[in-house]
Amino acid sequence: MMSKSGISNPRTPYLLLLPGIAFLFTFFIWPIANLAQTSTQTPIAGGDTGEYEQTLRWANYLDAFLENKEQFGRSFLYAAIATVAALAIAYPLAYAIAFKAGKYKNVLLVLVVAPFFTSFLLRTIAWKQILGEQGVVVPFLRDLHIIAPSTTLTSSAFAVVAGMTYNFLPFMTLPLYASIDRIDPRTLEASGDLYANGITTFRKVTLPLSMPGVVAGTLLTFIPAAGDYVNAAILGSPQTKMIGNVIESRFFKIVDYPTAAALSFTLMAAILVLVSVYIRKAGTEELV
Amino acid sequence: MSGISSARGDLRIDHVSKSYGDFTAVNDLSLTIPEGSFFALLGPSGCGKTTTLRMVAGLEEPTKGTISLGNTDITFTKPYQRPINTVFQNYALFPHLTIFENIAFGLRRRGIKDVKEQVEKALDLVELSHLSSRKPTQLSGGQQQRIALARAIVNRPALLLLDEPLGALDLKLRRQMQIELKWIQKEVGLTFVHVTHDQEEAMTMADTIAVMNEGEIEQLGSPADLYDNPKTAFVANFLGQSNLIKGTITGNDGDNHVVELFGQKISLAKNRSHAVDNSILAGIRPEKFRISRLATPTSGNILSGGKIEDVSYIGVSTQYQVLMPWGQELMVFEQNDDGVAPFNVGEDVNISWEAGFTFALRGDEDAEAGTEVNPEEIIEDDE
Repeated sequence: MMSKSGISNPRTPYLLLLPGIAFLFTFFIWPIANLAQTSTQTPIAGGDTGEYEQTLRWANYLDAFLENKEQFGRSFLYAAIATVAALAIAYPLAYAIAFKAGKYKNVLLVLVVAPFFTSFLLRTIAWKQILGEQGVVVPFLRDLHIIAPSTTLTSSAFAVVAGMTYNFLPFMTLPLYASIDRIDPRTLEASGDLYANGITTFRKVTLPLSMPGVVAGTLLTFIPAAGDYVNAAILGSPQTKMIGNVIESRFFKIVDYPTAAALSFTLMAAILVLVSVYIRKAGTEELV
Repeated sequence: MSGISSARGDLRIDHVSKSYGDFTAVNDLSLTIPEGSFFALLGPSGCGKTTTLRMVAGLEEPTKGTISLGNTDITFTKPYQRPINTVFQNYALFPHLTIFENIAFGLRRRGIKDVKEQVEKALDLVELSHLSSRKPTQLSGGQQQRIALARAIVNRPALLLLDEPLGALDLKLRRQMQIELKWIQKEVGLTFVHVTHDQEEAMTMADTIAVMNEGEIEQLGSPADLYDNPKTAFVANFLGQSNLIKGTITGNDGDNHVVELFGQKISLAKNRSHAVDNSILAGIRPEKFRISRLATPTSGNILSGGKIEDVSYIGVSTQYQVLMPWGQELMVFEQNDDGVAPFNVGEDVNISWEAGFTFALRGDEDAEAGTEVNPEEIIEDDE
């Protein structure tokens, strides 16, 4: 009778894990292993395009990297700028929603998420319109003489970074909001009571208490941004190519699978290293 | 850091009002709190005491009136420029800082470089030196309470504000902290302003209590003053319990009024009457009453014709409900110190008391004012 409760069966937790493990294995571990296997292949001598054999040629990695270091550098630079820009926009927004929005809190949160109701691709194409010659931005900036009459904004690094900033903004805003909203406003009052003015209170209390959100938000923005190719493809030019675009074209256009796979692994490794250094520096052992 | 007022002296709240839209939280309040005193603002939920405290702290701005410290007007001074610190109701410790850094926070903001000695002294004062490297979440409620106190006291403010500081503690710890707070106040010699809805807490700690109700001060005085000689039915009922009996002043006898309570004559000292005309509410605290069986002779004021309705034995005393001929139930607390067996339900008794214990309120007051406040409901916030 007792065993019916399920608690007494020690295998239950593993049974519950089974679907998840099966999923991860089929759609993550197996493809990754496959990719790793591909990354050291070489073309079959005299074979067709796209026919490769395993020769364990590790030099593929070096070749792939040296050929594309410029795109690697650009990817991380654009992703970093987009992350900082998104943080600069999202922090005041999240702060206002958490502390100042009152009864409009939920409405504003829905608005933050609202862009997700449209396809990522469509939104990015829409930016082409916004920044295009017929858009509002370019004539406005020209009238103010901020940009020269001959300057365009589409097909530029600016457009790519702006597109990424926009597309990943909700990923920055939501974790920031979650951690700012948890701050007890009375700790801010206490800070003021203990001789800290507004700026000091922000530096010494608000910002440190919202660090988990800052770290989570920057990671959720930086990681996908560094591997992104849609923004560069739609809003950029050959001069703004990112590593994602290279991987995409190697896979689907040039059918150079080993290089594409080696690039993918190099990108993953680079992101992993950057992120672990960052998390250590940010010192968020309490990262939720 | 500059800009912190160095004002010292008595706190003067002068005709201060605070309204939120149509709601008046504090209505034309005037109050002087002498330097070095332990002052309590006592009242039920929503009486305006927390609003008053927040205006003194600078967290709210008065709609009208001025607040000054010594000779300095601080009505619109920013909180961080006031030489005033607060112990918040939920302590509001900084969760990301160690206990040491929590206490050092105010010192550091004032640009003091060597904070170690002062922080350690403050930790010593609250007897928690061994916890200085912990984080607030690792502390119990009582310990957090002491750290909040240390964090405020270390700054030696001209004024220390305590907003229901013991509200979240259990009864036993609260009692202990009451005594400790009182001791610390004497030790450091700072002015403490304490906001509470707990009359026992206010009476235990404060030199002077201001009883607030609906945004105004009902009465101000020492705990003994307020208890023995309340001016209004609200004070009589909010501080302890009172028996309030409708009566009429029918004559004078030297320093005393002769008062008729439903046909029975008693005596009332003239200087203990707050009535404005002949119609009064005569007040007697339940523990001042003595019960006697009909045959037993009694002296002082006597009301006869009572019948014991209910007996509750609670150890140190026995509480009786005595039904009087005019239909009112009087409450009587008898100490269990005479070895006499308690009275039984249904016994016919007289009630007597020392004439000097009688006080009198205006006859048109609501005898129930202040009785329906249940302090247990008001753990959270005042507003």
